[in-house]
Amino acid sequence: MAKLLVGRFHRLERLACLLAPLLAVGTVFADDLVVQAADSSGEVKIANFTFAPQTLTVSPGTTVTWTNTDDIPHTVTAEDRSFRSKALDTDDRFSFTFTTPGEYTYFCSLHPRMVGKIIVKAGDTKP
Amino acid sequence: MKTPDHDNLPSEDDDGISRRGFLECMTWAGTGVLWMVNDGLPRSLGLSSAQAASAVKSSPLTFLQISDSHIGFDRPPNTDALATLREAVAKLKTLPGKPSFMVHTGDISHLSREKEFDDADQLIKEVGLPVFYVPGEHDVLDEGAGKLYRERYGKGSKGAGWYSFDQDGVHFIGLVNVVDLKAGGLGNLGEDQLKWLEGDVRGLSASTPIVVFAHIPLWSVYPEWGWGTDDGARALSYLKRFGSVTVLNGHIHQIMQKVEGNVAFHTARSTAFPQPAPGTAPAPGPMQVPAGELRKWLGVATVNYVPGKKNLAILDAPLMG
Repeated sequence: MAKLLVGRFHRLERLACLLAPLLAVGTVFADDLVVQAADSSGEVKIANFTFAPQTLTVSPGTTVTWTNTDDIPHTVTAEDRSFRSKALDTDDRFSFTFTTPGEYTYFCSLHPRMVGKIIVKAGDTKP
Repeated sequence: MKTPDHDNLPSEDDDGISRRGFLECMTWAGTGVLWMVNDGLPRSLGLSSAQAASAVKSSPLTFLQISDSHIGFDRPPNTDALATLREAVAKLKTLPGKPSFMVHTGDISHLSREKEFDDADQLIKEVGLPVFYVPGEHDVLDEGAGKLYRERYGKGSKGAGWYSFDQDGVHFIGLVNVVDLKAGGLGNLGEDQLKWLEGDVRGLSASTPIVVFAHIPLWSVYPEWGWGTDDGARALSYLKRFGSVTVLNGHIHQIMQKVEGNVAFHTARSTAFPQPAPGTAPAPGPMQVPAGELRKWLGVATVNYVPGKKNLAILDAPLMG
């Protein structure tokens, strides 16, 4: 299952760096660090009432971060509601880690003409 | 899909609003709209005009419309949306005549925060009139998708906050088209609300003047920017048999008007910030205007109804100019 990370992304990243040596020798924290150890990330920019890129292809385990650069709040809402951000004001970010291959269509629940898609596909190294 | 064009401008023949009158409304961009119901069809007039003053005096039913206060918005072109709402309230308090009530067509708040609603309420109650609200999409951003809004403004309403009431022979209907929006779609009323609406007007005589208010325009102003309601046409189909239907909306932060058969559509200005005319910008975000001109683009409205007359008179008035 995918793991939700809202607003803690940086902290967890730092944690991952600090704990990386521990991971090498095998620790009980391993489970929590798998996502970060994969070290793959994707970015979607929200600008001018559009998601860019509109379609983003990532490998399983990738954390995608949306950043709203508009002066109007937007949301990132999966059509099947498998992920859903709060209202993102200007410069707010939302992150979600995609672990299961598939196509995830999402939209802004405030401005539903804004649609985007994340394709999670094994074998692709980088988006 | 319809986009605004000159064909949509009302002609003098069908509604009593001349092209010139309409353009005058446009130049009054700013504070509010005075709505008058005459002959069953609404008319809007500039709040500050002498016409407005006499209209209010002779009309048995006058009500006010404000919209899109966006309390909490603090970016250019307006870093203090509370201050401009305060100015709008001050303007409404000095109106001639005694309006019966006020409607707020949504986006009271910017981010559905308690403090934003509190601040708006504090100011709006100074007008001293009952206020009938419908939510904008900015008012239903809480975890409960509008729970906060409904607790505060939704007493006696149905579903997501819709309701109707009667005043001086006019049937008023407040609709909610900002919840449960579908990916790729526009504003949405939904099956439950449409069924309710159909039943709500079923027993009414066709001569009953109808005033519908909702946040997102019920007509297709500019679907490319989401300025329309997917099932708005179905709602209007239930109102076809009525001789006078007035639809008041907000959302697009500018005055726009259209008459189609017996239905007159009108959108009001925001008291917070203007948005660009359809298609004139890459996106419908806040329109940047020189600081000294902001108040020309913000406004409120007054509506008058005179029984036996076909049109409601709507007076749009800017905060300045």
